[in-house]
Amino acid sequence: MNEYTDLAGESNTNLQKRHRDSKIWRTIFYASTAAAIIILAILILSIVNQAFGLVVLKNTVEPEKISSVPLEQLSSQDLIKILKKNLTSNRYKTIDRDMPFTARSQADLVDLVIAEVVKPTVVDSYHLDVSILHRNEIMARAAEKYPNGHVEFHSWLNPEFITRSMSSTPELAGVRTAIFGSLWIILITVLVAFPTGVGAAIYLEEYAASNRINKIIQTNIDNLAGVPSIIYGILGLAIFVRGLGYFTGGGFLGSGETGGRTILSAGLTMALLILPILIINAQEAIRAVPRSLREASYGLGATKWQTIWHHVLPSALPGILTGTILAISRAIGETAPLILVGASSFINRDPSSVFSRFTALPIQIYNWTTRPQDEFRNIAAAAILVLLVLLLSLNAFAILMRNRFTRRIS
Amino acid sequence: MIDHQTQTKPPIISAEDLCIFYGNFRAVKNVDMKIVPNQITAIIGPSGCGKSTVLRSFNRMNDFIPNCHVTGKITFHGHNIYDEDVDPVQVRQKIGMVFQKPNPFPKSIFDNVAWGLKINGMKGDLSEPVEQALKQAALWDEVKDHLKKSGLSLSGGQQQRLCIARALAVKPDIILMDEPCSALDPIATLKIEDLMRELSKDYTIIIVTHNMQQAARASDYTAFFTMDSDRAGVMVEYGETSHIFTNPQDKRTEDYITGRYG
Amino acid sequence: MREQIMNHTLSTVQIKPASRVPEFLRKKKRWNEILIQGFLFFCGFVSILTTIGIVFELGKESLLFFANPDVSLLEFFTNTRWQPSIGEFGILPLATSTLLTTLIAMIVALPVGLSAAIFLSEYASSKARSVLKPILEILAGVPTVVYGYFALTFMTPVLRGIFGEQNVEIYNTLSAGLVMGIMILPLVSSMSEDALTAVPRSLREAAYGLGSTRLETAVQIVVPAALSGIIAAFIIAISRAIGETMIVAIAAGSGSNFTFNPFKAAETMTGYIARISGGDVGYDTPDYNSIFAIGLVLFLVTLGLNILSRRLSAKYREVYE
Ligand SMILES: Nc1ncnc2c1ncn2[C@@H]1O[C@H](COP(=O)(O)OP(=O)(O)OP(=O)(O)O)[C@@H](O)[C@H]1O
Ligand SMILES: [Mg+2]
Repeated sequence: MNEYTDLAGESNTNLQKRHRDSKIWRTIFYASTAAAIIILAILILSIVNQAFGLVVLKNTVEPEKISSVPLEQLSSQDLIKILKKNLTSNRYKTIDRDMPFTARSQADLVDLVIAEVVKPTVVDSYHLDVSILHRNEIMARAAEKYPNGHVEFHSWLNPEFITRSMSSTPELAGVRTAIFGSLWIILITVLVAFPTGVGAAIYLEEYAASNRINKIIQTNIDNLAGVPSIIYGILGLAIFVRGLGYFTGGGFLGSGETGGRTILSAGLTMALLILPILIINAQEAIRAVPRSLREASYGLGATKWQTIWHHVLPSALPGILTGTILAISRAIGETAPLILVGASSFINRDPSSVFSRFTALPIQIYNWTTRPQDEFRNIAAAAILVLLVLLLSLNAFAILMRNRFTRRIS
Repeated sequence: MIDHQTQTKPPIISAEDLCIFYGNFRAVKNVDMKIVPNQITAIIGPSGCGKSTVLRSFNRMNDFIPNCHVTGKITFHGHNIYDEDVDPVQVRQKIGMVFQKPNPFPKSIFDNVAWGLKINGMKGDLSEPVEQALKQAALWDEVKDHLKKSGLSLSGGQQQRLCIARALAVKPDIILMDEPCSALDPIATLKIEDLMRELSKDYTIIIVTHNMQQAARASDYTAFFTMDSDRAGVMVEYGETSHIFTNPQDKRTEDYITGRYG
Repeated sequence: MREQIMNHTLSTVQIKPASRVPEFLRKKKRWNEILIQGFLFFCGFVSILTTIGIVFELGKESLLFFANPDVSLLEFFTNTRWQPSIGEFGILPLATSTLLTTLIAMIVALPVGLSAAIFLSEYASSKARSVLKPILEILAGVPTVVYGYFALTFMTPVLRGIFGEQNVEIYNTLSAGLVMGIMILPLVSSMSEDALTAVPRSLREAAYGLGSTRLETAVQIVVPAALSGIIAAFIIAISRAIGETMIVAIAAGSGSNFTFNPFKAAETMTGYIARISGGDVGYDTPDYNSIFAIGLVLFLVTLGLNILSRRLSAKYREVYE
């Protein structure tokens, strides 16, 4: 009797301990998962934190020095005179060539005087958190250190940032060229990778008998999906930039000064990079098409291709498109391969063809991040926000598209 | 095995010493079967005895099963359809199929029927042949006002008749049906049976069924299959339905139709 | 019409069947189908060409690299200095910092990723899962250059705040490794979760039936049952970390450094490739060729890991399907 109670007592405390352990570990497991949310929040906040904040601006030339009345009240003639007086003749001519001064509006000219002569430059910048928490100290310090400067709240992410091209002054730099570069590259990537990837997926799912060569192809695709992106960059450098430079550089069209470091090379490299992912996604989508649909078609005397084209592909399309967009998202954010195939961050002319030299959004981010000045970090943060918004809208588009197609089919 | 009366009419399609394999497994062996034109032939037998396998071999539907192969002959219009120079696609245009689960295309009712015509090279206004096929399948009255609606919006029985209409539209000689009523309620089943009777005037029908009454009611000829000791399907008995059901020659047939199987 | 066909049948039967297939059954040459199939095969074959391209180019340029009299294979694998400008070609410093960042990343990603996977598959309600999984997916979709930025502008200052500015260099492998761990975490958790959910319910029910708690069921029954799948996830994670470029290129520093101190700057293999190729490197220089030699090592290591991982997960799937 005594023995039994003892045993019961022991197993009772034992059970309690077991339940306590269970609870503790449950909390640990939960915390690990919740860490993902916290990290994501920190990541986004730390970027936002650098993309906005107070800046101290200082004019290179004070407006009072060049005109006794406020610039806005000057006539166009006066403004042009000011420009002529304060700019080097070369600079003056360049601007005139872009668009004759006489053809510009007064407001336009005021902007021009501010940008070219007054030239307010950011001499100090603060992160968002500091800007909010220590606003007064910042004001005081700025007033003391830069008597002529003034403090204002600045969003590094602004419309001009998106529409301006590259510049070596952070507050004048923009990402337009980079966005165009990224879009051009993606265009090439999609044009090459989509048909090839879907074609390969169709081949593997619908045509390939399980013979040796097809097994090799399948295994090979699975392996390629795990190859680091930088290796694709090396491949692109060796094959598209160097080996085929005559074609990818447009040399065969008589414009070979880019030496293969072009949008075309970048797009092709990216296409090879996303091809395995795209194929695997498309294969899954095709595999999900019910066999009964194929049988119905074959039963009517349809050929293989008729069956695929009219029934299998339309049914698999939502899945294929979603998979493709996921692959494209990956390509848009990829940086390393672009470095290898010769993206250059000092490009300020928008790409005009696939044979243009290029920069891209992630390349700009990389480049600005690695500069020591704080202001470049700020615009890197702004560029990251642009990139993330681009990716987010792409994914939203994918979801919408999938929903629309699924509705139409069922 | 088949009685002399039927031999006078030449068979439209016939199996000779047909064996069907999945890989190394022989699923069906030594089937000899002559199908009488413009009649309904039912294939019955326990589950797994190879009924579907045999049926699908009649229009080379088994080609799509990777390791499936066939020995022996299936003669259609005097020619073995498994010969090198025969086009399986053409075979399937002549020998249509209706499946166990209704499988309309995710397209409109009209397109479901018209598609087969289109791929067979018919152009222009297809509303005439589509209407005709739907009428033949006794579906026209129910759907004529909404041909644009999705085929999937129909009831199960209607879907199955749509599948029949779809098969009829390409004007096959033979229609293979693999348990076409197993997913349907009794009323829809009776409708399909009536339809089969009607269609047998113009078409030859081979139907696999698990439903003994259906075989007895709706077919002219019946073939009974069962599994041999080596798990291969064999044809035990084949003849006029009335004979098979009233006077089975083989003990196994008798056991099966009287429900003593297994 | 039908009668005609019947007559036709009769007559052909008499002429001996094998001689002629009737027109309507005869094999047609469908050229478009043949062309399309050819094209589709080519699409599949592109992947083979890619592999051939990778192996050929890496191999060829590596051969040129080792053909350089300054470089020997032995030196390549044993010299602890990598300074091409003065003829020092030892991959060790690059390899150790790759190893170091990978190790740090794994210390973060493996336990946290596996814990998250256990939570998602064994504890979370379907509602919690529907919130948490998309967040992990977003985390997985963030471009690595953004993580690099995060490492340099957030993680590094935090580390320097904790350990002291004099101890932690601005560029250091610890920051890069930690952020890399964060980057890889979603991969580990989603692959491990797949492995865990594939364990049949009956196994869990058996454990509960014997009176075991949730934790005991999860840790003593489910995790061991899914072990090869989880290990496969871990190996993929390692391969990913080794090949990761942007985080280390931004945050780990440039210039090779043979050190195991995570507070110091040290360039990894990928970081080196990115830096050297960032400038317009001239073809057929030792620098250019060295990219390929290091690339080859990278390729072989990651390929080996990937193959190992897929073997394991194939074995795992075999058990439960
Ligand atoms: N695709 C396949 N691969 C391998 N074996 C198969 C395949 N399809 C069928 N079999 C096998 O062939 C045999 C006959 O199958 P079949 O489907 O023809 O039987 P059935 O008589 O139609 O059965 P049921 O009445 O259940 O439909 C079975 O043993 C089955 O396991
Ligand atoms: Mg069957």
